[in-house]
Amino acid sequence: MAEITLVEAVNRALAYEMQRDPAVVVLGEDVGMNGGVFRATVGLQERFGKARVLDTPLAESLIAGMAVGMAVQGLRPVAEIQFSGFIYATLDHIVNHASRMRTRTRGRLSCPMVLRSPSGGGIRAPEHHSESNEAMFATVPGLRVVVPSSPARAYGLLLTAIRDPDPVIFLEPTRLYRLVKQEVADTDDALPLDVCFTLREGKDVTLVSWGAALHETLAAAEALSNAGIEAEVIDVATLKPLDMETILESVGKTGRCVIVHEAARTSGFGAEIAANLAERGLLSLLAPVARLTGYDTVMPLARLEQQYLPGTIRILAAVHKIMEYA
Amino acid sequence: MTTVASFQVRYTQFLDQRGEPTQPLPPLAADPSRLIPLYRAMVLARTFDAKAIALQRTGKLGTYPSFLGQEALAAGVGNAMRPEDVLLPSYRESALMMMRGVTLAELLTYWSGDERGSDFSAARSDFPVCITVAAQCCHAVGAAYAFKLRNEPRVAVCVLGDGATSKGDFYEALNAAGVWALPLVFVINNNQWAISVPLALQTAARTLAQKAIAAGIDGEQVDGNDVIAVQHVMQQALDKARTHGGPTLIEAVTYRLSDHTTADDASRYRDPKELSEHWAREPVLRLRNYLTHVGAWSKMDEEALLKECPERVAAAVEAWQAIPPPRPEAMFEHLYASLPASLAPQRSEALQSGARNG
Repeated sequence: MAEITLVEAVNRALAYEMQRDPAVVVLGEDVGMNGGVFRATVGLQERFGKARVLDTPLAESLIAGMAVGMAVQGLRPVAEIQFSGFIYATLDHIVNHASRMRTRTRGRLSCPMVLRSPSGGGIRAPEHHSESNEAMFATVPGLRVVVPSSPARAYGLLLTAIRDPDPVIFLEPTRLYRLVKQEVADTDDALPLDVCFTLREGKDVTLVSWGAALHETLAAAEALSNAGIEAEVIDVATLKPLDMETILESVGKTGRCVIVHEAARTSGFGAEIAANLAERGLLSLLAPVARLTGYDTVMPLARLEQQYLPGTIRILAAVHKIMEYA
Repeated sequence: MTTVASFQVRYTQFLDQRGEPTQPLPPLAADPSRLIPLYRAMVLARTFDAKAIALQRTGKLGTYPSFLGQEALAAGVGNAMRPEDVLLPSYRESALMMMRGVTLAELLTYWSGDERGSDFSAARSDFPVCITVAAQCCHAVGAAYAFKLRNEPRVAVCVLGDGATSKGDFYEALNAAGVWALPLVFVINNNQWAISVPLALQTAARTLAQKAIAAGIDGEQVDGNDVIAVQHVMQQALDKARTHGGPTLIEAVTYRLSDHTTADDASRYRDPKELSEHWAREPVLRLRNYLTHVGAWSKMDEEALLKECPERVAAAVEAWQAIPPPRPEAMFEHLYASLPASLAPQRSEALQSGARNG
């Protein structure tokens, strides 16, 4: 089986669902003829036609809003927002309409749509292209927020996201699009939403992360292993609704937790996990919960972004610090 | 200099403000008795509207947006639509929703602060009211796209206010509807006021209908207080949309005879002289004058109707008041198709707290 990248896995999942379900449509800027600026939708229009793979006018609010209208009337739209900083124009539709259509009509109508967007920094992109906005969506009741961290999870989680009866925000780490390759079977291999994945088992410390930051987190775990510290690594994958049980169980075993994410620290999603640990896991903690995150600064442009992103060296330092608590 | 494009905006009116024909009436009005159901619907709507305001004043209803003066728009648009078409209303379209089969009790349920009011027993595919101004324009594009993709002979009807025409979503939707030639009719309820902002401060455009021109779609203006004219242009737009002729923007020129909502006091910003001038053009009396003039409506008919409408509204109020209050766990029902496990503890919390407070 050939190995594929994360962006190829996204493409494969879209094709699989379009083939399986005629209600699935793909829409966004440059997704048709051009196959998407990151090539996530390449070949789909040739295969499924212009009516189901729509090049929209350049209007993000329209893209999200029409996805709401399509979903309410029985389609399964998968809308692409081209770059992460352009997603803010969709908020009225996502927050006021997609997330609450089911609630406000008491289940008469629903909104089974997926809003896909690249997310995060690290590829020397222009301004407004490197935002990590997952916490903003994770605060909205009625949404699911999913962040894949490998080709296989991108494939399996996107299949499930498209089939989900409620709106899903699917944030694809731009930095991982072509960073790693993995064998991914093009079968009905859907992965569950609403659960964390334990990527590495360990007894000494729990490292919790999602998306691109998992790459450095896993590298840190390997380095720690060489130093005699066995880290358990958890991929949160679905931020909302959060599977806190898996994290609590792990921290119950290790007594230590470092949360790693790219987004700014204040009100970042790590704060939610840390608060849950304080409420429900305090007695198993041997050391304070640590957060290793982007700074509370504006996401810098390309020349400083590596200073901003939580790299392996910073993760190791954070772990060593909490290991000092006996 | 060469003129590369030029445009005209059509205005349609059949009855003047006294109810006298200004031109030969269209086929839909050939038999005046066919207009009687419209008249009855308009009077019922107005009766409901007055009752809703009264219920708000006595604390039984929440903030309520009156549609006083805009009943002809509702009757004409609603009567032209087919049941399988889909309505995307703004919050000021209770009268139009009544035409779609939404019950008076459901309207009262919603405006008293209960989501169950948007679980319509009829018009099951219609959207709930849109409170965030103009967002429904983009939803309508998606709905119409779905009909077109599935080759269904259905039309999405999006109703918005004059204030909504200042918003980006309106332009984005209008533009996209043109690109894909969608089965979609935008109806602007131009009631001249967006809370305290008059149309002249909303736009320098001579008409709102002309905003269609930039999107490459048809736009026209109609006397929104003339139900015959409204239904006539709406029927044409719907027929065109249903037969792959693409979208239309209809600007229905009417007037908000009420405050913006029950939380507003228009006397703070609106000249009472302007208001009284517009009372002379209101749609219900206009249609009654016409029907009376042609002998299709008698004093006795009127008296019977003015007895019947309050009775129907009172029955609806009674039915609405008999609905038990929502249970606390309703917050968790329909949040997702099935409640995520992580929310179960919060649901229990609400149940316990509800039991204590109840």
